[in-house]
Amino acid sequence: MFSYCTDPSALDGLAWLSCYLTTGNHMLFYASFGTVLLLLAITAPVALLFGFGGAMASRSRIAGVRWFGRIYTSMVRGVPDIIFFLFVPIALDQAFEWLRSRVYCDPSVPVRQGNEFIVCAAAKLPLSTSPEWVHQAYGIFLAVIAFAVVFGAFAANVLHGAMNAVPHAQLETAEAYGMSPRQVNRRILIPQMWTYALPGLANLWMILIKATPLLFVLGVEDIVYWARELGGAKTRAYAYPHPDWRLYYFLAILVFYLLMTWGSERFFDRIRARLSRGQATAAGEAMRKAAP
Amino acid sequence: MNQCLQTIQDYGLRALGIGERLLPRSGFTLCEQFTLIGSGLIWNVYFAALAVFLGFFLANLLAVAKASGNPWARKPAEWFIFLFRGSPLFIQFFLAYEMLVQLPRAGIDLFGITVQTSWMTRAWAGALLVLVLNTAAYSAEIFYGALRNLPKGELEAADAYGMAGWTRYRRVVWPTAMRLAWPAYTNEAIFLFHATTLVFFSGFPAFQQRGDALYYANYFADKTFNPFIAYPIVAGYFVLLTICLIALFGMVNRRLNRHLPGAAKKIRYRPNLIR
Repeated sequence: MFSYCTDPSALDGLAWLSCYLTTGNHMLFYASFGTVLLLLAITAPVALLFGFGGAMASRSRIAGVRWFGRIYTSMVRGVPDIIFFLFVPIALDQAFEWLRSRVYCDPSVPVRQGNEFIVCAAAKLPLSTSPEWVHQAYGIFLAVIAFAVVFGAFAANVLHGAMNAVPHAQLETAEAYGMSPRQVNRRILIPQMWTYALPGLANLWMILIKATPLLFVLGVEDIVYWARELGGAKTRAYAYPHPDWRLYYFLAILVFYLLMTWGSERFFDRIRARLSRGQATAAGEAMRKAAP
Repeated sequence: MNQCLQTIQDYGLRALGIGERLLPRSGFTLCEQFTLIGSGLIWNVYFAALAVFLGFFLANLLAVAKASGNPWARKPAEWFIFLFRGSPLFIQFFLAYEMLVQLPRAGIDLFGITVQTSWMTRAWAGALLVLVLNTAAYSAEIFYGALRNLPKGELEAADAYGMAGWTRYRRVVWPTAMRLAWPAYTNEAIFLFHATTLVFFSGFPAFQQRGDALYYANYFADKTFNPFIAYPIVAGYFVLLTICLIALFGMVNRRLNRHLPGAAKKIRYRPNLIR
């Protein structure tokens, strides 16, 4: 990175540290913080969408859709989430490869041969000829789906509760004005449910932040992966030999997460105040009285 | 059937290192998967039971400290709770393992007695320590909320009877706080039980392939490339044990609410996820 970094063995002190912290691998380590933020940025809306769908489905008038929604929302209960994080990506991967193998391969060859899951080269996902970043991106894609499925179920739970918490009189008034069920949903139910949903959703966001290190379990090169890689003891064979520093790398990650949760809490306090404005709740009433 | 009995004999206590040394390598039967995953469950129950039991006492201390007016007691409790609730349990496991590895190998000399330290890096002690501290932080926040929500009338009544200090705490404050906190605490116990599956996926290695239920399920899924059998088995085991846990805590809940007819509602399980 810096011009004086050409011969690391001659350096010491701060100069050594500044060169050490700007090596190519360290740049990848810093970029992996971006991966975590990217995962959060993609997963949160997708999970909210899943949750919204699940909540609407479990309120549906059609029995089949309602049952689907109920089963989806109760699916994650009672089972450790990490099982889903291990299960969903493999299951999805195999489903995609199986579908592709029916199209691109000889359909007479079974995919499961004893203990092996074999598809021909043309059906592999991603193709073995594709570059490394495609493999990484595919891994992240599967992780996003897994996170969205699990957190979608939880968001559905929260949103379902919030929809039930909207005062019934409000919906009945809307009906009395001659609104169709759709209009009631769009104009009355959905705008009002957020203030009830916010505590649950804020909680969920905190949990989502704290779930991101599980990317490591899914085989994505995330911060945990790089902390273990870079922190491990390096011998003279490497340009920057050092003893086992994993403790310090993990401390840095810990601080990163503490800052994230602390910042989020401040943010949600603001939104909570904004959403309570003009609502028929205790908090909204207190704000109304406090206003001059 | 006989073969399955033989399998149970060989692998039923494999997670503790008793029985067959080698894990099955090919031709995995359903019986083998059920037995090995079930034997791994011993570790999940061990971690959860001890962590909830030990964490309960620590959580009570922390909650009282956080609710106290003395900043020397309040601030450390607040920081402890923030540290363990604000960071992922997964990272806590890694960090704790790296810290415990730094302990001197030969042991620490304390007043002429050498205290061995190598056992602290093993999962049964190190991971248990992390789980105890973690659940203590989460439970302390729940108990603290309950202490703040104590009905004013009950405290005034205690004052009117001339109770103060320890007597008031033991006879009025604590039982009422437990009663208020119990539904939330039930959920916390369930999350903790679920969180025990993380132990062998983090820094702590599974010594001689003695792992928990998910460790063995992952082993089977890796070997057979078939996630559709092993993972549902763990999931089933966990659903069953979660129901048992809810029943157990429900009994305590009824006992806590026995003076209030109709107050002991069924505890609603509101799942949370990872910490």
